[in-house]
Amino acid sequence: MKADPAGVLTGAHYLDGDFACGEGAMAAGCRFVAGYPITPSTEVVERIARRFPMMGGTFIQMEDELASMAAVVGGSWTGTKSMTVTSGPGFSLMMENIGLAAMMETPCVVVNVQRGGPSTGLPTMVGQADMMQARWGSHGDYEVIALCPQSPQEAFDLTVDAFNLSELYRVPVLVMMDECVGHMTERVMIPPPEQIEVVPRTLTTSPPEQFLPYRVNGRVAPEFARAGDGYRFHTTGLTHDERGYPVMSAECQETCVRRLVEKVRGNAQKIVRFEETETEGAEVVVLAYGITARVARMGIELARRKGVKVGFLRLIVAWPFPERRIRELACKVKAFVVPELNFGQMVLEVERCAAGKAAAVPVPHAGGSVHDPGDICEAIVRAAR
Amino acid sequence: MSTVADRPEVRPEEHPVAPYIRMDRMPHIWCPTCGIGTVVKCYATALGESGVDLDKVAIVSGIGCTGRVAGYMKLDGFHTTHGRAIPFATGLKLGRPELLVTVFSGDGDLVGIGGNHFIHAARRNMDLLVILVNNFIYAMTGGQNGPTTPLGAKSSTMPFGNFERPFSLPHLAASCGATYVARWTCLHIRQLTKSFREAISRKGFRFIEVITPCSTLYARLNKLGTGLNLMQFYHDNAEVRHGADTREVDIAFQDKLVCGKFLDEERPTFLDMMHEHYRRILGDKYVPMPPQGGMIRG
Repeated sequence: MKADPAGVLTGAHYLDGDFACGEGAMAAGCRFVAGYPITPSTEVVERIARRFPMMGGTFIQMEDELASMAAVVGGSWTGTKSMTVTSGPGFSLMMENIGLAAMMETPCVVVNVQRGGPSTGLPTMVGQADMMQARWGSHGDYEVIALCPQSPQEAFDLTVDAFNLSELYRVPVLVMMDECVGHMTERVMIPPPEQIEVVPRTLTTSPPEQFLPYRVNGRVAPEFARAGDGYRFHTTGLTHDERGYPVMSAECQETCVRRLVEKVRGNAQKIVRFEETETEGAEVVVLAYGITARVARMGIELARRKGVKVGFLRLIVAWPFPERRIRELACKVKAFVVPELNFGQMVLEVERCAAGKAAAVPVPHAGGSVHDPGDICEAIVRAAR
Repeated sequence: MSTVADRPEVRPEEHPVAPYIRMDRMPHIWCPTCGIGTVVKCYATALGESGVDLDKVAIVSGIGCTGRVAGYMKLDGFHTTHGRAIPFATGLKLGRPELLVTVFSGDGDLVGIGGNHFIHAARRNMDLLVILVNNFIYAMTGGQNGPTTPLGAKSSTMPFGNFERPFSLPHLAASCGATYVARWTCLHIRQLTKSFREAISRKGFRFIEVITPCSTLYARLNKLGTGLNLMQFYHDNAEVRHGADTREVDIAFQDKLVCGKFLDEERPTFLDMMHEHYRRILGDKYVPMPPQGGMIRG
């Protein structure tokens, strides 16, 4: 369906990534946000807090990030699209209820504007070191979807996509921004509502006496009933059966958890998204995401001037990872060069998928600033030798 | 749930509160002489007597023995993470304001790990009915010391007796902004049911503490006998003092239990305050979330 015009600020704007992300959420139909202030993400909810009262949305500033994430899961069970926004330290606290959202199959969006870590780290400065936490941060086996915008425009676009994906797969979807993209101001085009495709919450049409909250029946995710419609369903963070009732057995664990994992893994080819340029005939492929993708372009340009054939693969969806494409490319190139603002996270995934057929060269950076493009160029040149 | 084992002529489905219970989940996991079932029965009875639309009632629990209540009531029921029932319930209430949201959980869950959420929900006067079953101990995990364990009482992690001061929960709730505060034991079936009925009809942050026996752990570790002995103790030592100053209702180990309705006042809730404020500041531009929620229909 098309976006609700009330949430869409159509036109050309000059916005930073945080504001654009907030606009994306409102355009996607988000009407409940619970958050806790944390630099460098706070502007997202500040934008929303200012605009929500005019469009039927409710924002609440909770007492901490544990509460914010719990409230978002509760909010989503009313059918109201829900989101929270944070950065590293808050993201750590949210892990508990991101796991609950995954287990209860609750559509919701979590934005993490990444800053330098660990611990309090660099509150006002950039990092990309939460990428593995996004994938593995809560205990147990589950799958999420994570998106990485490289610009304010993408902060808008991908936040809309994040809501749509969360509705389709009933998983928490993480928008893994970074401080640079969050605080960089650029032109953002917000289309008219009729040009914004929005996946609505689809409610079950089964009568309550026949409804089972976790029966899949060949669909990607179970049918949804919201609180207050007379279904009187039960849902729990415990391992559960189709009725949503707890069952403490290895058999039920197998069925329940396998499905949580498979609904994303089994559809990975539909979910993965990347931008690929000049990989045909390349000796080296640079893989990057977020702000580092933009810095990497300069490094690639410098390496090309030195005669190296360099391709570029920019992750738009980081999780699930474009495993198949990396395997294919690994058979054709000498090496992947992976600059990221951490000491090697997504590069591990590249290394795993390349499986020894091509080298995976990290270009580590602790964060606080972006890479020097010269360092990326140097890594490319060395990898091509 | 009270069993009908002693009355074989009554089938479980004919139990007066069966319509409120997921009978397909019986038998429940609670120990014999545990008090939680009695509290559930009083709540179910109060729901029936109050005539509310059960389709609009949601119940949220955290983790622990009482945490299982949300799974046994035939309502929209959410069994959430440890300590987070109140913020989860806050999301439900704000996402669909017409819902009547009850939080039903234990002392360790709501005021131990969840203490921060408890005080802030009370401060905001969030529209939640909070039923806290207090058995003085972390029972599900085997009898560890809790934020309500009386001074001197033994627990598995305070084997020589507790030396930490416990919370006095009515005082905590009242001082943080709750508008309805009561305490009963699970022996006070009629008073408790009436309190639930009353609280269901009020708005804002309503808090009811119910003292219950845990014969498996608390009573055993403290050599207090069986659940029946504890009920006798409640009978002999409970003192009903409506309107008592909540500063004076602390619970000492095996001492008197001051029960009653301590507070019942009307104050604007979080949502009342929000609507009133935005209407005043924004006038016609204010668009509140519809009572049925902010869902965009496909």
